[in-house]
Amino acid sequence: MSSDTLAKASAAPDAPEHEDIPRIVPHRRPGQWTAAVAVLVLLGLAVNSVLRNEAFRWDLVADYFTSDSVLRGLWLTLWLTAVVMVLGFALGTLLAAGRLSANPVLSSVSWGYVWLFRSIPILVQLLLWFNIGALYPQVFGVKTVNLFTPVAVAIIGLTLHEAAYAAEVVRGGILSVDRGQIEAAQALGLGRWRRWWRIVLPQAMRSIVPPAGNMLIGTLKGTSIVSVIAVQDLLFSVQLVYHRTYQVIPLLMVATVWYTVVTSLLGVGQHYVEKYYARGAGHTR
Amino acid sequence: MTVMVDIRKVHKSFGTLEVLKGIDLSVRAGEVTVVLGPSGSGKSTLLRTINHLEKVDRGTISVDGALVGYRRSGDRLYELPEREVLRRRTRIGFVFQNFNLFPHLTVLDNVIEAPVSALKRPRKEAVDSARRLLERVGLADKADAYPRQLSGGQQQRVAIARALALEPKLLLFDEPTSALDPELVGEVLDVIRGLADQGTTMIVVTHEIGFAREVADTVVFMDDGRIVEQGPPAEVLERPGEERTRLFLSKVL
Repeated sequence: MSSDTLAKASAAPDAPEHEDIPRIVPHRRPGQWTAAVAVLVLLGLAVNSVLRNEAFRWDLVADYFTSDSVLRGLWLTLWLTAVVMVLGFALGTLLAAGRLSANPVLSSVSWGYVWLFRSIPILVQLLLWFNIGALYPQVFGVKTVNLFTPVAVAIIGLTLHEAAYAAEVVRGGILSVDRGQIEAAQALGLGRWRRWWRIVLPQAMRSIVPPAGNMLIGTLKGTSIVSVIAVQDLLFSVQLVYHRTYQVIPLLMVATVWYTVVTSLLGVGQHYVEKYYARGAGHTR
Repeated sequence: MTVMVDIRKVHKSFGTLEVLKGIDLSVRAGEVTVVLGPSGSGKSTLLRTINHLEKVDRGTISVDGALVGYRRSGDRLYELPEREVLRRRTRIGFVFQNFNLFPHLTVLDNVIEAPVSALKRPRKEAVDSARRLLERVGLADKADAYPRQLSGGQQQRVAIARALALEPKLLLFDEPTSALDPELVGEVLDVIRGLADQGTTMIVVTHEIGFAREVADTVVFMDDGRIVEQGPPAEVLERPGEERTRLFLSKVL
């Protein structure tokens, strides 16, 4: 094939145009073709082995994919992700505002929060909250163990962790807005809240959305860590099944495919949100 | 004529650098004052202190009889709460060197933002008057465009319409043509000239000497945080009394 195109290229000067303008011949890249073929072959081998390996038990995957317990686990994963994202970003926005405020106490406390919660691994944090009863057996006259249920621990731990990262994302977004925008809004007599909601935040969103989308996907998958404290999310649900049936791989595939599907849908959503906030920006893509 | 802006003994420092060293200036209603001077002379800072974007360290500035950022009680000035400062600012229009239009809002939304949210005008009324203003600056057909779809000159004309939407008693221009390509300067100066003809009180910081000569009632020359001289353009620009003014003019003309 490449020798064929080479022959054509060398034949070109022999067929002169009407005017004496030389034709442009693009540089050939045989290496690209070789690499592409090699990668396709490897990919084919991998797909073939996945489909042909009986141990994957794709029939079982299909059976369990929409089973009640798996769907219940998926539902918990979805709402836990949503709650953690909303609370995490709400707290993160407060922290970002505190960090950027002129008040040195608010600013230092916000900085300290981010420093602390970014330093503690989420797994360690979950285990600490799970065992908080050892420190405070009672809270407001209620037994701590009744208050800090596994789901409550999951929400608290993941939210506090999320907020530390969200704070940095939101802070970066706010800093990306030109100082002149705030001055213009002040000069026009716009109040503090109006400046924030109408002028700063919509422009900050352009730089907040891409990392926030990343965090959303990270959180979705990150919630699987709550299976260690026996919260019945997607991963824990399939674990419950394979502890009973010993079909470990097929059930892990059920979880894998679900995580992939939801992640893909979120990616599509992010594309449209980014497009919305890019309005007026000249380059939309 | 009544005094619109009265600036007395204004001092302002950034850290250890004193940028305004005792400014006295008064601007009469209906007049155009053009402030000239080398960069770093404090002219932009002076303009920004007039609508309290920059706080002064000493001295007073009153616009239309009211101190902008303060309340006077005896021999003290108490800084006003932000809400009150914002309310007083709506009577002063400010046009920035870099336009500072809101890029995520259409031209029309840029112009109606302040009347609707700061003056609480009904939206429909604000839209009608915004369209009239856009017509006045020659951009009636750009109402639904976003700022970045416009040329620099068009953006600055929108910014002027946005400032006018508050029906201000005073308009401040901070080097309104300095960020523009040379061929776009004329269209913006034409708009400002039109406002001057209608008797709008304006203070314009600029490097356009020709514009100053033609439009200004008073030319103020600043250098090193002080007003070196001021007077009618024929005087200051043609027969400057100070050596520093002469030196500056010989460089820019």
